[in-house]
Amino acid sequence: MPRSFLQVAATEEVAPPLRVVQIEGLVILKIIKHCKEFSPALVTGQLLGLDVGSVLEVTNCFPFPVREEDEEIEADGANYQLEMMRCLREVNVDNNTVGWYQSTLLGSFQTVELIETFMNYQENIRRCVCIIYDPSRSNQGVLALKALKLSDSFMELYRSNNFTGEKLREKNLSWVDIFEEIPIKVSNSALISAFMTELEADTPVTQCDYDRLQLSTNPFMERNMEFLIECMDDLSMEQQKFQFYYRNLSRQQAQQQAWLQKRRAENISRKAAGEEPFPEEDPSNPIFKPIAEPSRLESFLITNQISNYCNQINGVAGQSFNRLYLMKALHETGQDA
Amino acid sequence: MALSDNTVLQFAASSATNLSAKVHPLVIFNICDCYVRRPDQAERVIGTLLGSILPDGTVDIRNSYAVPHNESSDQVALDIDYHHNMLLSHQKVNPKEVIVGWYSTGLGVSGGSALIHEFYSREIPNPVHLTVDTGFRNGDGTIKAYVSANLSLGDRQLAAQFQEIPLDQRMVEAEQVGFDILKTNMVDKLPSDLEGMEVTMERLLALIKDVYKYVDDVVEGRVGPDNEIGRFISDTVASLPKLSPAAFDKLVNDSMQDHLLLLYLSSITRTQLRLAEKLNTAAQIL
Repeated sequence: MPRSFLQVAATEEVAPPLRVVQIEGLVILKIIKHCKEFSPALVTGQLLGLDVGSVLEVTNCFPFPVREEDEEIEADGANYQLEMMRCLREVNVDNNTVGWYQSTLLGSFQTVELIETFMNYQENIRRCVCIIYDPSRSNQGVLALKALKLSDSFMELYRSNNFTGEKLREKNLSWVDIFEEIPIKVSNSALISAFMTELEADTPVTQCDYDRLQLSTNPFMERNMEFLIECMDDLSMEQQKFQFYYRNLSRQQAQQQAWLQKRRAENISRKAAGEEPFPEEDPSNPIFKPIAEPSRLESFLITNQISNYCNQINGVAGQSFNRLYLMKALHETGQDA
Repeated sequence: MALSDNTVLQFAASSATNLSAKVHPLVIFNICDCYVRRPDQAERVIGTLLGSILPDGTVDIRNSYAVPHNESSDQVALDIDYHHNMLLSHQKVNPKEVIVGWYSTGLGVSGGSALIHEFYSREIPNPVHLTVDTGFRNGDGTIKAYVSANLSLGDRQLAAQFQEIPLDQRMVEAEQVGFDILKTNMVDKLPSDLEGMEVTMERLLALIKDVYKYVDDVVEGRVGPDNEIGRFISDTVASLPKLSPAAFDKLVNDSMQDHLLLLYLSSITRTQLRLAEKLNTAAQIL
């Protein structure tokens, strides 16, 4: 069936969903360098690349200076960003922002700030991704790199800033649906792979192997547990807020009922006396003032964090079991020999 | 006397004698990327190397950026403004990284290099010149580092001589990320924790097998014994702490139980979260 140009134009507006983030090895190394050098301070930087259909290619990036809470310096930061983009364009680097990266400590990145930054980026660029790197995990031989985006339904809700229970139920949105993790692909130019093959040392063990076989994971686990416990405290605080709200709500409803009954009885007696009845609503009465429902965003985020910590604990514990069994086997065969 | 002083051919070896350099993988990546993205007519790319001088005198090359330039037969035009802008920007992020030299693609030192080197000598004393053979002209992508020594006749500079210095190309950072990721053209998926562990264990087992085979071969007389290797093996075996089986079992079991407890706790937490989610939605329906 032939279509008019208008129809074609209208259909092409619908962009295919983002499926894969394709990162160059260069970008990975740059991110790691920046995040590690400043660890444990948290740093951010900008990702440059191309948006090709359902693949977002990240071909370069540059770090942001450590931010300070100063108006003047903030303007300076914007200048820095423009200057850097201009300079990189001159050497033919892709001059298109596709998101940003940031370092994190044990995966404690799910914050309101992250969401706000994301919304800011999303306003200017159609497709944007946030890459999270955890330098604390790299000591265990793990490449803790994650690409995240906010889910569309969550963004819609965030724009209207309406996180009441009713709205969430309507959208069928739970805490799992806030962030979407996008699978990462790594690409390298042929030149790079030639050099790396050339430079790869002949030794059968690499640094990565040493790191993975490290037996001491206790400090990491301890920190993880500490964070988990802190989050639990926060969550119970949030829960208390809700309980308080529900208590207030039911008290108010009871008050409203009582008032209504009184008013009805009054009206019946007035009717009997042949007088005009009072209206059954009184907006000026303080007991009809709706109580604001606390936002559920915070508790959603905390829940996300907790589940993240749980995942990490599971992962690291699993690795530790492997190591322990390996050590045991080695030791036992050593004894036998 | 003064006259004879002036006529002595001076070969200033400066401090280059025991200088060495260390290059980080990021620099190689950056140079390759810039080379791939070079302008149409450009034969080579050049750029600034950033880093620091380590306490033992090694030049640690940690970062780099390309500088646009124009080259004709006897002239080199470097975009000095660009160089300075980029330097300022980089120093805003990491003030500890300073210029340590410059790089160029290609095999060995070419004619224009002396001019560029002179420019960088004005920025810092004794810059390092890194060449990366992106053309693989002799088949193995040579990376070399040089410093320049001045050959002067009295006060007159005759020439600059580029001396090769040892370059440490061990890619520890790259090893940490994993060469498997960095050397292939396309990796579809980052390895998960357990997959990485599996690879490492397989490697370890292969190594142990190799050692076994070697020792057996030596014992059976198939391979000539090598004292050095023997010493390494005995050191490695000796590095295992001698523990009584009971003590070792306790150690392993304690550790195991700790981890099981953590796993249990995290599972409870997860269940709790799921439960809370259901309860919250139930509360909303009321």
